[in-house]
Amino acid sequence: MGVMGSFKKFFKRLFNKKNARIGIYGPPNAGKTTLANRILRDWTGDAMGSVSHVAHETRRARRREGVTIQSNGGSISLDIIDTPGLATKIDFHEFMELGMNEAESKRRAKEATEGVIEAVKWLENLDGVILVMDATEDPYTQVNVTVIGNMEARNLPLLIVANKTDLPESSATSIREAFPQHPMVAISALEGKNIDTFYDEVAKRFG
Amino acid sequence: MDLVSEDRLAKMQPVEKIRFIIDEVKDGKILVLEKGLTPEEEATLIEMTMTQIEPDDFAGIEMESYPSQTDKSLLGKLLKKNVVRTRLTVIGPANKLKTLKKDRDMISALVSSK
Ligand SMILES: Nc1nc2c(ncn2[C@@H]2O[C@H](COP(=O)(O)OP(=O)(O)OP(=O)(O)O)[C@@H](O)[C@H]2O)c(=O)[nH]1
Ligand SMILES: [Mg+2]
Repeated sequence: MGVMGSFKKFFKRLFNKKNARIGIYGPPNAGKTTLANRILRDWTGDAMGSVSHVAHETRRARRREGVTIQSNGGSISLDIIDTPGLATKIDFHEFMELGMNEAESKRRAKEATEGVIEAVKWLENLDGVILVMDATEDPYTQVNVTVIGNMEARNLPLLIVANKTDLPESSATSIREAFPQHPMVAISALEGKNIDTFYDEVAKRFG
Repeated sequence: MDLVSEDRLAKMQPVEKIRFIIDEVKDGKILVLEKGLTPEEEATLIEMTMTQIEPDDFAGIEMESYPSQTDKSLLGKLLKKNVVRTRLTVIGPANKLKTLKKDRDMISALVSSK
């Protein structure tokens, strides 16, 4: 970027209100990147990152600035951060069971630990969180409890997403019952089910 | 299994607390913290755990606490910071402690001696 470009950027920062920074959080494999990709595809035309059934696919936080979402006549500009799945344990044997060799599995585990640290650090630089949970799994994981606790302690807005509701064994109700004090929206990030309600909630919570 | 009283932890600085927990858990102990940790301390503990993970040696921790309760007091609103009431927490090595079932007011855990 040339000098003029930097100048433009500088003035833009100076005069435009800063976008709210929203982090997409959750346990590994919950569908955070699938949701981030959908948001970007719907509103910017590009994508956030790669998706996999193997946990800890995202091992570095990714930020996309200035995503403008329209809903109910209004519009809101956000910086969206897709974070690595949070965990309290990472065992490379799990990756070996899924067919990776030992060296590859150990490398993935190592990178995953660094990813978790990065995700925790980002928590302090956010204006709000979208917490993605897999609705086919038990909602009371430590990761969910810790993220919610941190947002409550800082009085920051939180939107819970019950994801994978296209699967017959999913239960959005058990997520709502686990954390009744926070707004929740049930979607399928994969199929796009209920995604308009999700955008309305995003605009309402973070606008 | 070690039951750690509120007083014992209250005397420690946050860094000391996290260090103490990590050291005990890496020694194979399972800790029951009477008063639990604040959400910030939980986040720091997760971070510190990640730095300690070693293949074939330490795979991390299992930690179980109840959703904390937020005190939405006027003071909290003024300070833009809520007071979070922490609750009983169980922490142990991931290879020894498995959570079986958890709901709003009960934690069932399985302790294995490997
Ligand atoms: N059925 C179904 N599968 C989904 C949905 N969303 C994501 N998945 C699948 O779940 C797996 C994990 O998706 P990711 O988007 O990579 O999950 P993540 O939360 O980003 O995972 P990490 O980056 O590893 O923490 C993939 O196989 C996705 O295709 C959904 O709404 N329905
Ligand atoms: Mg991901």
